[in-house]
Amino acid sequence: MNAPQLSRRGFLIGSVGTGALFALGAGPAHAAGKPFVPNVWVRLEPDGTLHLTCNRSEMGQGVRSSIPALLAEEMGADRARVRVVQAPGDPVYGDQNTDGSRSIRNQYEMLRRMAAVARTMLEHAGARQLRVPVGEVASVAHEVVHASSGRAVPFGQLAAAAAAAKVPHPDKVKLRSDIPPGGWDLPLVEVDEWTSGRAQFGADVQRPGMLTAVIVRPPVLGAALLEVDDGAARAVPGVHDVVTMPVPAPPYAFQPLGGVAVVARDTWTAKKASEKLRLRWSESPHDDATWAADLAQMREQVAQPGTPRRQRGDAENALKRAANVVEATYVVPHLAHAALEPPAAVAEVTATGCEVWINTQTPQRTRSLVASRLGLEEDAVRVNVTYLGAAFGRKSKPDYAVEAAHLSQAVGRPVRVQWLREDAMRQGYFHAASVQALSAGFDDEGALTAWRQRIASPTIGSTFDAARHELRDSELGQGLSDLPLAVPHVSFETHAVQERMRIGWMRSVYNINHAFAVQGFLDELAHHRGVPLPDFIKTVYGPPRVVSADELGVPLWNYGAPEGEHPIDIARYHRVIDAVRERSAFDAPPVEGRAKGFAVHRSFLTYVACVVEVSRAPGGGPKLERAWVVADPGRIVHRERVRAQLEGAVLFGASVALYGHLDYQGGRVRAGNFREYRLVRMHEAPRSIDVEVITDGHAPGGIGEPGVPPVAPAIANAWFALTRERVRELPFHPPHA
Amino acid sequence: MKLTVNGTVHDVDASPDTPLLWVLRDHLGLTGTKYGCGEALCGACTVHVDGRAVRSCVLPVERLQGRAVTTIEGLSPDGSHPLQQAWARHAVPQCGYCQAGQIMTAAALLEEVPHPSEAQVDRSMATNICRCGTYLRIRAAILDAAGES
Repeated sequence: MNAPQLSRRGFLIGSVGTGALFALGAGPAHAAGKPFVPNVWVRLEPDGTLHLTCNRSEMGQGVRSSIPALLAEEMGADRARVRVVQAPGDPVYGDQNTDGSRSIRNQYEMLRRMAAVARTMLEHAGARQLRVPVGEVASVAHEVVHASSGRAVPFGQLAAAAAAAKVPHPDKVKLRSDIPPGGWDLPLVEVDEWTSGRAQFGADVQRPGMLTAVIVRPPVLGAALLEVDDGAARAVPGVHDVVTMPVPAPPYAFQPLGGVAVVARDTWTAKKASEKLRLRWSESPHDDATWAADLAQMREQVAQPGTPRRQRGDAENALKRAANVVEATYVVPHLAHAALEPPAAVAEVTATGCEVWINTQTPQRTRSLVASRLGLEEDAVRVNVTYLGAAFGRKSKPDYAVEAAHLSQAVGRPVRVQWLREDAMRQGYFHAASVQALSAGFDDEGALTAWRQRIASPTIGSTFDAARHELRDSELGQGLSDLPLAVPHVSFETHAVQERMRIGWMRSVYNINHAFAVQGFLDELAHHRGVPLPDFIKTVYGPPRVVSADELGVPLWNYGAPEGEHPIDIARYHRVIDAVRERSAFDAPPVEGRAKGFAVHRSFLTYVACVVEVSRAPGGGPKLERAWVVADPGRIVHRERVRAQLEGAVLFGASVALYGHLDYQGGRVRAGNFREYRLVRMHEAPRSIDVEVITDGHAPGGIGEPGVPPVAPAIANAWFALTRERVRELPFHPPHA
Repeated sequence: MKLTVNGTVHDVDASPDTPLLWVLRDHLGLTGTKYGCGEALCGACTVHVDGRAVRSCVLPVERLQGRAVTTIEGLSPDGSHPLQQAWARHAVPQCGYCQAGQIMTAAALLEEVPHPSEAQVDRSMATNICRCGTYLRIRAAILDAAGES
């Protein structure tokens, strides 16, 4: 996965409509036999080999399949001739931050334009060689073809001529008209690397003379290191050094947590020796923190008015005057990313700079943080991106790269930092818990007149601003301030919450909490009214229309996308609701001993409706039987990977519903490993997951995250349908119950 | 210590209590076998010892004298094991990290039970976590490789 050196000469940075970076101007002067490199995305060798750049990190979403596929299709290239080049961290590749389900939705137009530049130049060169007007040729299967004469020139033979031509402006080239909105059914590239064990993940990188470090970090956030007795650790054969690393002050941001590192010849030696360290830690403000007490306090908070965040009419008064009021409080605990590959990074500090190999979602941030820690210019740091053994947001926090760089500098050798599972479970950045009290008022004709929702939840903002303890607008914008409500009196209120750990974004982020509460509560209201949930939701969300920020009463955060391009479109809600209802036969009488639950949620600009069928598991709680998912993500590229993401989202959501619970006592996270932090296994997976993807002309939305939020509420709603037991606090199976 | 891996005898200079996983990864450079938990809970480190699937993260290397270890790198010389082919047909992997362990667990199952039922597949594969949630495709690929679908 090492990138060939791409020439930087002649590249200027500017902006296309999407705000992406691109290369402009005449390419480097190429002699015959040299490759054609019109920009950083495309490099065509004279033998026809086509190197296409992937600037985002492969973490299971298939981006190394989808980005090159889009480039290749726009070029008219033969995918069999394509080699994928993984971009190192560098601003020339545009924004490389692989999160927010943005790789396609934010780059779709830009990537096509970059490929169209290359295709246009090849077509001009081909037409000249064939002595025909350029309007009469087309790029098909790696050739420039003159259809009427049947003559063609292979791409490779045009590399030199194209390389000598002036590079047109990306905004001036014509895009192909035959790129289908539904993408293509394409193979998964490089599948054999994963099935043969050849794929190189973060921890797999080996450098000559490399040592491995295991770090003991503060057991409670905020504890400082008072005393280190490393005598016994140093006495372990194979230990090279013990290095004390500074414990940072808040805000923690992406700083390493500090602690004491044992650097040894192998992981086992480092781990064993680290257990022999005798460390004394200071008191911390979180020493007495327990989840039970914090939860009780959050429950008390949401019984009281909070900071108004989205108001229409007078919800207090409307609730007082309502003929019927339904109230419920929903709880989602803290959650761990639990990517199967824990954080790991290799750093090699040399006399002139530093090279890093890392499973990161954010190579550019990694580069600047490492440079800053080592006092280097960014140009002196190279960050190579390996495969990611999943990530889910944890690996967009490159604290572990800084640890590796710090230690490599300290010991003068290449160092791999290996987070143990227990480290990842206890000292990561965690998904925020949420307690939400909902109240609905109906008038005497049964119409919903008031909706009030009070939320107590730690904010990710606290990780970056130590004074921030209340949800930010972007966090409320994940399913609450953007929730369509055709209800006259609306109030959303938030409370400040003291965070106990570093709070960070995890796949789908606050949408998980908000969808669980909203879709569960809507199901309660639908039962109260005796109306099927899909119909009730249509009533509450109102008739097909575009819901403007004016109607919402608050600015629409909209995942950073323009409202005009990605409006809240009730018709699109209806399409996914109707489709999943039909495909799952939601309204048919249930199979004996089973029941179905429904939920729908828009996140990352994509609409997803989900039905889950459950029965009673022999050990209690729901057993998943079947699942149906209908998504409307707008335009897509790689149809098969989109389906794979939606299938995986059902399992991710199932783990949230059944087991996800990271609690703490004495400020310490209790779960250490998969025994306490359980994840769904094969025998708990549904027998089938039916996936339908609606793709029309809409601008592309996200796909990695939007599948998750509706799953947990669909399971809880199914459980209610089966048992009449309403589960309002996740998970179904708390680990320490 | 002598250790036989994929038919080759290696002289290993590691502490005798070192789990096989770390000998494979840190000493022999066989990094296809993955670390996930260190407590035999996730199956990412699954290898074969004398043909049986074991969790290499809890198996001290000193206990492997005279026994034959097979890792994912040695499952088939050219990656053409029927399970590897089925994995490609079903486009099983997402992040790919757990898949070597999944395949090694499945390969041992098919050695023992060439035509497993779905329930047998589920039971055997319950040792292996896939956080990306590729279970349905893993199940389908195993049944496919076994000629059951």
